[in-house]
Amino acid sequence: MIQKHPCRRTVLAAQAALGLVLATGVSGVLVPARARGLAPTPSMRGGSNNYLPGAPIVERIGGGGFWMTGTVRRAGDGEPLRGVRIQIWAHTTEGHERDPHSHGATLTDADGAFRLEMPQIVPAFGQPHGHLAYDSGDFETVFLRPVMRSARETSLSADFVLQPV
Amino acid sequence: MGPARAALAWAALGTAILLPIGVAATSPLLAWRDPVYILAGMAGVIAMALLLLQPLLAAGYLPGLRLPRGRRLHRWTGAALVGAVLVHVGGLWVTSPPDVIDALTFTSPTPFSAWGVIAMWALFAAALLGGLRRRLHLRPRVWRFAHTALAAVVVLCSVAHAMLVEGTMGTLSKAALCGLALAATAKVLRDLHSWALLTRHIV
Repeated sequence: MIQKHPCRRTVLAAQAALGLVLATGVSGVLVPARARGLAPTPSMRGGSNNYLPGAPIVERIGGGGFWMTGTVRRAGDGEPLRGVRIQIWAHTTEGHERDPHSHGATLTDADGAFRLEMPQIVPAFGQPHGHLAYDSGDFETVFLRPVMRSARETSLSADFVLQPV
Repeated sequence: MGPARAALAWAALGTAILLPIGVAATSPLLAWRDPVYILAGMAGVIAMALLLLQPLLAAGYLPGLRLPRGRRLHRWTGAALVGAVLVHVGGLWVTSPPDVIDALTFTSPTPFSAWGVIAMWALFAAALLGGLRRRLHLRPRVWRFAHTALAAVVVLCSVAHAMLVEGTMGTLSKAALCGLALAATAKVLRDLHSWALLTRHIV
């Protein structure tokens, strides 16, 4: 008899949780840019490793051949953010992460998209990965560390949703 | 064991150890790495190779290196293993300090780092037990259980670490080396009754 209560509680809790998942999940899919709907992107573990603040805005990093792409939007309403400076660095065919010449920055366009050519990223510290930073002050700082599905890929993308300060 | 079989055993072991080292030494990734990073990676590969040698030496399985000669060499190889791991971690530290700090504090984004760090500490503990064996005055059964249990952790975690890393080692030769190290360790643990402490009555 004593066991009955926890069982019913568990069932009720599961039903409530399922309802919550369905409600948030479905509405998230249907109206992605609804007010307070878009959560800010959290920084990734290890994202800020070998960060050198103030990388210059460049046409491309080194000789190019690899594309780092992505978007920048505002948390909450999902408004694309224009002219936002994104800093990028990685271990590439032309240098280690800590080398200043492996670092560069670019600005987002009117659609909140950015795209910077850089040398081919090669596996380092066990994974082919890149680093991106938003660290300009108007929004909370975010460091990303996306991993390539395969070392043979010639592009990598990462999206930012920024929280106004 | 006849001379022909002995030669065959050494040839097989030499291949299992030298092939992965050779593949790693000719990896295209090396072209884009500084000497210190190359050294760090190679020290890790050599450490993996020594993990195959260690149980075979400890149990005296190798022709010409039966007990006690094998056991004596096991101590030197153990010291070399500690040295290789120190060079591995030290070289990675020089190459990218924040990545190594993340690994040592178990906050790395890469899952294989934690396995490597656990293996490192277990190795240091196993080596310490080896170095202090006489001074510790432990019963042989207790000492052997502790040392081989730590060694098993070292091998298991090192294999997980190596297999998850996308680095200079070739996939096939790496898997073969790891499989052989696991098999050799398992056989030695069984043959030396490493678990006697747990399965027999203690008087």
